[in-house]
Amino acid sequence: MYIDPHVHMVSRTTDDYERMAIAGCVAITEPAFWAGYDRSSPKGFHDYFSVLTDTEPKRAAQYGIAHHTWLCINPKEAEDPVFAREVIDIIPDFLERENVLGIGEIGLNKNSRNELEILEAHLQLAADHDQMVLVHTPHLEDKRKGTRLIMDAIRNHGVIDPNRVLIDHVEEHTVRDVLDRGFWAGMTLYPDTKCTPQRAADIFEMHGTDRLWINSAGDWGPSDPLAVPKCRDEMRRRGHLEATIRKVSFDNPKEFLSQTGRFRTDVQPTR
Amino acid sequence: MSIEPPSLPLSRSEVVDRYFLEHRAKVLDIAAFLDRVDRAKGGTEEDDFRVRSLRASISLLLDGDGDRTKRILDLLSDPSDQPIDKAPMKGATGAWDGFEGDAEGSTG
Ligand SMILES: [Zn+2]
Repeated sequence: MYIDPHVHMVSRTTDDYERMAIAGCVAITEPAFWAGYDRSSPKGFHDYFSVLTDTEPKRAAQYGIAHHTWLCINPKEAEDPVFAREVIDIIPDFLERENVLGIGEIGLNKNSRNELEILEAHLQLAADHDQMVLVHTPHLEDKRKGTRLIMDAIRNHGVIDPNRVLIDHVEEHTVRDVLDRGFWAGMTLYPDTKCTPQRAADIFEMHGTDRLWINSAGDWGPSDPLAVPKCRDEMRRRGHLEATIRKVSFDNPKEFLSQTGRFRTDVQPTR
Repeated sequence: MSIEPPSLPLSRSEVVDRYFLEHRAKVLDIAAFLDRVDRAKGGTEEDDFRVRSLRASISLLLDGDGDRTKRILDLLSDPSDQPIDKAPMKGATGAWDGFEGDAEGSTG
């Protein structure tokens, strides 16, 4: 039994839901993200948020997977702050939907001033509505700098408790900082960028298993919706205890996400 | 509050037994990539920042110190600490375009 706490199912097929269920997935969380193209109006986001709060939960429930979501305008579409604020304005209309866990995945992409301004607007939205936060950190060469800028922005904002924030896509050069500053951290298992299952297992061995989880971030690019069970298999292969494997792939996400009061793992297949 | 990390349950020889072939193949991939860069025609003779960063990363593998993964990721990272004025693109290249180090691993 496992949880994939970051996967973009709008980009995946129903067959993937079935495969994940067979591999033991009982719950997922799907942050709002860049769909691979810029949406031309806030209405496009309205439709996207409807899919995340209505269509996907039903599709997941067919296979006994509890679907949850996080809402935002992602940093890749935040370079136009006027547009981004129009999207932020429609988010409160969706916050009462029962599968919404908070604001995410917000953060930075190229570490620009506009992205930072929109990150701060999202932090204010989270604070105003007492929401938890899921953070996307930048890719590749931009990650270390962006991770630091994001953590500074959250600290400077001052209202949001780091224990209610998960900073995602950490790697060897950012994980220690994130945990030491009191945040939760996520490792994303990607074929070419971010972590492999082997490196994620290494990071658990070097930095411990507290406040740290794994996810597939499966989406429309090269990615693997079965990456979490593959990492569990890697840990098993090395001889780690079942309790350790369960902690990083079930207990930890459950503990963090249960702070929302909306997280569940008990959906019966509806098909 | 922190408990001890779960230590690697494998012995040194077990790690080598299980992972050697996979990483032998990866070293050959890197060698073949650098050979391919050499064989390719056109463009400048000089390595671009990505290839220079890769060569410097490789030299870190054999400098005798640990924490290789973190140090390579650091080498490939933008070292600045202020936001930029405007995002020039959506993607990332995998190395910092200001890198001026060399194969000796100087991070210039
Ligand atoms: Zn994502």
